[in-house]
Amino acid sequence: MKIDPEKPLWSERDRFVLSKGHAAPALYAVLAERGFFPTEELLSLRRFGSRLQGHPDCRKTPGIDASTGSLGQGLSIANGLALAARLDGAKWHTYVLMGDGELEEGQIWEAAMTTARYRLTNLTAIVDHNKLQIDGEISAVKLQGSIAQRFGAFGWHTVEIDGHNYRELAAAFDEAETQSVPTVIIAHTIKGKGVSFMENQALWHGTPPKPQQVQAALSELGRESK
Amino acid sequence: MKSYFPKTEKQAVRDAYGQALVEWGGKEERLVVLDADLSQSTKTVKFAQAYPQRFFQLGVAEQDMMGTAAGLSLAGKIAFASSFAIFATGRAFEQIRNSIAYPNLDVKVAATHAGITVGEDGSSHQALEDIAVMRALPNMHVLVPADGQATREAVRLAIQTPGPFYLRMGREAVPLIYDADESFAVGGGKLLRPGKDATIVACGVMVAPALTAAEQLAQEGVDVRVIDAFSVKPLDRELILAAARQTGGIVTAEEHNNLGGLGSAVAELVAAEAPCRVLRLGTGDRFGQSGKPEALLREYGLTATDLARAVKEL
Repeated sequence: MKIDPEKPLWSERDRFVLSKGHAAPALYAVLAERGFFPTEELLSLRRFGSRLQGHPDCRKTPGIDASTGSLGQGLSIANGLALAARLDGAKWHTYVLMGDGELEEGQIWEAAMTTARYRLTNLTAIVDHNKLQIDGEISAVKLQGSIAQRFGAFGWHTVEIDGHNYRELAAAFDEAETQSVPTVIIAHTIKGKGVSFMENQALWHGTPPKPQQVQAALSELGRESK
Repeated sequence: MKSYFPKTEKQAVRDAYGQALVEWGGKEERLVVLDADLSQSTKTVKFAQAYPQRFFQLGVAEQDMMGTAAGLSLAGKIAFASSFAIFATGRAFEQIRNSIAYPNLDVKVAATHAGITVGEDGSSHQALEDIAVMRALPNMHVLVPADGQATREAVRLAIQTPGPFYLRMGREAVPLIYDADESFAVGGGKLLRPGKDATIVACGVMVAPALTAAEQLAQEGVDVRVIDAFSVKPLDRELILAAARQTGGIVTAEEHNNLGGLGSAVAELVAAEAPCRVLRLGTGDRFGQSGKPEALLREYGLTATDLARAVKEL
């Protein structure tokens, strides 16, 4: 993405909308690593007075382009951003990351029609398809069948990849650039990837690990605890 | 002081809204307009014809429309999003709350067909709680224009004032009250008629009957002050507190549920700072129904005669 930590509100930057706002801690970690704010600040997550709110807040946190958290709203916001860029003849691109459970929200499909209707090829959507939501497996909760077929039927170009494979991800973004209709990348992922006791466990959707579990997880990931 | 009285000439405020958008389209490059398949009724169609590049049709999808408006505003646009009041504020309430009001964006929710004077469409299409829900949102401004000129001013203020706005407009043609040079302010009401015995505070379609009621009462020797509460949020504190202190009693009038609307706003202010009796006239705590607008205003006790009777009850 074309972004500059020194100028978080640079008008020509690419935009990123985290529609699955509950993944804010991951986004904050990336923003801190990219230099938008000190990594030490990550420890203030969700605390009173912190810039790092429980869900993304574009008025408080440098690098956050849209306030989200209530599921289903990010694709509409991304469409608005992409429409504005097109209107201004601007070159910047809009990326939006959705969850798979989030696709149960009707507004996503209202928005998916809008993206296709306006052929917003200056927008790329990604679905984090980890097959789990708070109450369990998505197919047991509600969502049946193929996500790619759904978006395809709504007029999108779809790419299905292994979301943990950087080469496949890069190729998918390249492929999106050559399309005449908007692209959604369905990224198959494993929730808690790389940590044996977390993988594919819905419990870890919103449960913080205890200190011992943090140590165990970091050691499995080959990382030192800071 | 300047005197105001409903003129014989009528205009639907939504027509004034559509015209105002077209006028501002030429002056304000950042202005964009969105609609959800009701552009013929909300009159945004006029803007769509004049500035097709800056008009976005979202289809029957109010929630998506509000989110899209939020995105346009995040990229520097001033976005007017229009639909009927019930769908704009009801169907898309949480989108307005989380995607627009919380981040304090330049989205102007401009809704028509508010209140029972929607008429024949009946309850499903008659928003009677929209002022209450919009008023409860931090950052949100709520303007309720009473006629065409007030509407043109509401559009100007919404464009020139940063942050989210709710513009509440009706469907029916209403009498003109203001001349074309009358100017309004956010947080400003209009003292339409002096008076010392009591005050009627009205908004929207109830302003004209309030003036008529005051005229009827004058002939009976009751001297009634009339205020147009054009800016319901923020309310014109000084104007209303002065009325409470100087006239000792207030009747509020609105085409809205008695709970949470203009009457509540006035009562909340007066109770804290200048306690006096406040009678709230609205549609009661009831849903609407089908019928001619005049028949519905009679049924729900919102005619000039009803207002005059309420003043005498004070």
